[in-house]
Amino acid sequence: MDEKERESSGLAMGRRGFLRAGAAAGALVTGAGAARAEGPDPLITEVQPWATGFGDGVDATPYGLPIKYEADVVRRNVGWLTADVISSINFTPIHALEGTITPQGCAFERHHSGAIEMRKEDYRLMIHGLVDRPLVFTYEDLERFPRVNQTYFLECAANSGMEWAGAQLNGVQFTQGMIHNMEYTGVTLRTLLEEAGVQTAGKWVYVEGADASSNGRSIPIEKALDDCLIAFKANGEALRKEHGYPVRLCVPGWEGNMWVKWLRRIEVMEGPVESREETSKYTDTLEDGTSRKWTWVMDAKSVITSPSPQMPIKHGNGPLVITGLAWSGRGAITKVDVSLDGGKNWKEARLANPGQPMALTRFYLDINWQGEEMLLQARATDDTGYVQPTKDQLRAIRGENSVYHNNAIQTWWVKSNGEAENVEVS
Amino acid sequence: MSKFRNLVIATALTAPLAVPAFAEPFGLGRAALPEEIAAWNLDVSPDGTGLPPGSGSVADGEELFSDRCAVCHGEFAEGVDNWPKLAGGMDTLNRKDPLKTVGSYWPYLSTVWDYAHRSMPFGNAQTLSADETYAIVAYIIYSNDLVDDDFVLSNENFLEVEMPNADGFIVDDRETVEYPEFSKPACMENCKESVEITAHATVLDVTPNDPNDDAPAAEAPATDAPAEEAAAPAAEAATEVAAAAPAEVDPALVAAGETVFKKCKACHKIGEGAKHATGPSLNGVVGRKAGGADGFKYSPAMIAAGEGGMVWDHETIGAYLKDPKGFVPKNKMSFAGLKKDDDVAAVLAYIEATGQ
Repeated sequence: MDEKERESSGLAMGRRGFLRAGAAAGALVTGAGAARAEGPDPLITEVQPWATGFGDGVDATPYGLPIKYEADVVRRNVGWLTADVISSINFTPIHALEGTITPQGCAFERHHSGAIEMRKEDYRLMIHGLVDRPLVFTYEDLERFPRVNQTYFLECAANSGMEWAGAQLNGVQFTQGMIHNMEYTGVTLRTLLEEAGVQTAGKWVYVEGADASSNGRSIPIEKALDDCLIAFKANGEALRKEHGYPVRLCVPGWEGNMWVKWLRRIEVMEGPVESREETSKYTDTLEDGTSRKWTWVMDAKSVITSPSPQMPIKHGNGPLVITGLAWSGRGAITKVDVSLDGGKNWKEARLANPGQPMALTRFYLDINWQGEEMLLQARATDDTGYVQPTKDQLRAIRGENSVYHNNAIQTWWVKSNGEAENVEVS
Repeated sequence: MSKFRNLVIATALTAPLAVPAFAEPFGLGRAALPEEIAAWNLDVSPDGTGLPPGSGSVADGEELFSDRCAVCHGEFAEGVDNWPKLAGGMDTLNRKDPLKTVGSYWPYLSTVWDYAHRSMPFGNAQTLSADETYAIVAYIIYSNDLVDDDFVLSNENFLEVEMPNADGFIVDDRETVEYPEFSKPACMENCKESVEITAHATVLDVTPNDPNDDAPAAEAPATDAPAEEAAAPAAEAATEVAAAAPAEVDPALVAAGETVFKKCKACHKIGEGAKHATGPSLNGVVGRKAGGADGFKYSPAMIAAGEGGMVWDHETIGAYLKDPKGFVPKNKMSFAGLKKDDDVAAVLAYIEATGQ
């Protein structure tokens, strides 16, 4: 139903009705004390259009999108970061999401040669190299292997990379938004490798995508046989085009670049290929100019998603929900601490659910805010005992020339008017 | 009931999270044919495994690079705008905002060949023949001063090329260097004396306000930072450059300069009747105020340099040729600079002799 039809059916909220509703909402901004209304709320005392007419019939939208009032909850790009959107990245609106599952439609994208359109019927996956039986699988073949369901986060190694040398981008979407978390359905890589029969000389697998970038990464055989997943569904439905339809690789806990989309080839090899993405990129240059390579694991990290620069406190004094996300590529989150004073004192936050290995964990700290300034921080601990470091702790070891693997504690300066800013503290 | 179905049931009971080893294959898929494997198995390893026979010269590579690569990577592999710079950056890895190029950073030549052949040119991937790839790779390493202009790269001599940063990498050592340090019990109370704000994101004001934000790269602070290299705003690192000493006119040097000037003449005309092109005419450049040629649209940076009193003389031209971006930051000449002092002296002699 389009806007015109909706109006003719008496459904659209009249202009006056809209203004009244807006005024009522505006009253709430002045704070909890304003909860006592000055007069009766017309949203209650007057019959609203939605309470008297019809809504959309079934099938109005065979596959629904979020309601138009949520139109600002979208992926966003930072135009100046890259030369071209074809080889670029955007950011998940984690400030506006809740729970832990990221809807595919707003989960960040990273392409090296654009998101290609490939039919399932045209999909082929080849396993070759140091195997007993070099094989080609179709999409249908993959559906006939025993399936698993697992929820994993995917974080780009460059997440927070712009923040190494100082606070730069003013929004958690941009500072920590190269992440998503989905429930994947697929076949373990181990199953396919065993179908082909890995020879003892095979110590690495090289995985490669079908798009023009031929993005490829070398993965040690131990990881390949451990928990890697060849996924064809995410969050219950087919992978979206931008996430690698019809088939992508999941490399749990390891940097997103290795999660090859449009996976077409798995070569069992003696050594690593040392491809462009594992030498010139995704390596970490230290202060003395030497660089770490094969830095695959994403260390424990957390961030407060609200309040944050894009999610100022608008409701005035009183109860305030502080919430955020935590994750670790080395296991499950066991604890998240929150500081209101820039890291001087910490309180243990409440985990919405027990941490799951290599998946996002939601945390909450419920406080009674009285308009005081806050320097909000979150600090994650995982089940290896690793505690998320400060930016200065990381810099002391790595210097300031790193780009990737910035898992430092983030600080939001919440002012007395409820607005928040990305800052660094001593 | 088939044997493997029993197996699935049994293993599902013992290991619900992952599918464990199965005793025998499912018999799914089909054999990969040798032609199919050959068509897709294109990767090249550091030891040269995967390199096809073939060869290509720097000279051929220069032409190919100009045709196929320069639109993004620049005529001299110096990179246009935000596109990757492939040349330069030697000895910058331990400095602030290191410049990572094939010459300064990439540890293996195989990676260059593999990437150019398998993933480039951008938007037209997998169209370069083996010989064309050898030639382009030869030109890229020539642009990094790793080989001379008469060099021919082939599968035979491929492993002889020494990459300057080959030994610049260590395997991830976080487990020993960082994990013990970061696994100490977390402090909960009175963890520091005082807390001061030391940096504000709003100072830079580079955050997009709008989903469609598309600020041009030139206006952004981190122009050298594509996503995977995203770093803090690049500092202006104007390096001190020792200018070549003034010399008497030496015909041999002028001749040598004419050869080196080939790098310049795509953009700069010099000699009788020379007009402005991509770059300004170099006639009369010696003694001219920076940004001072009539009728040429200079960058604000170059105009500012001239207004600041800079005049092109032996010393300033020499310094500029050596490091254009460092000597006049943000000027628009997209040239990485001449690395060799001999080349700088030769081009200077040529310009002084020809550009009257």
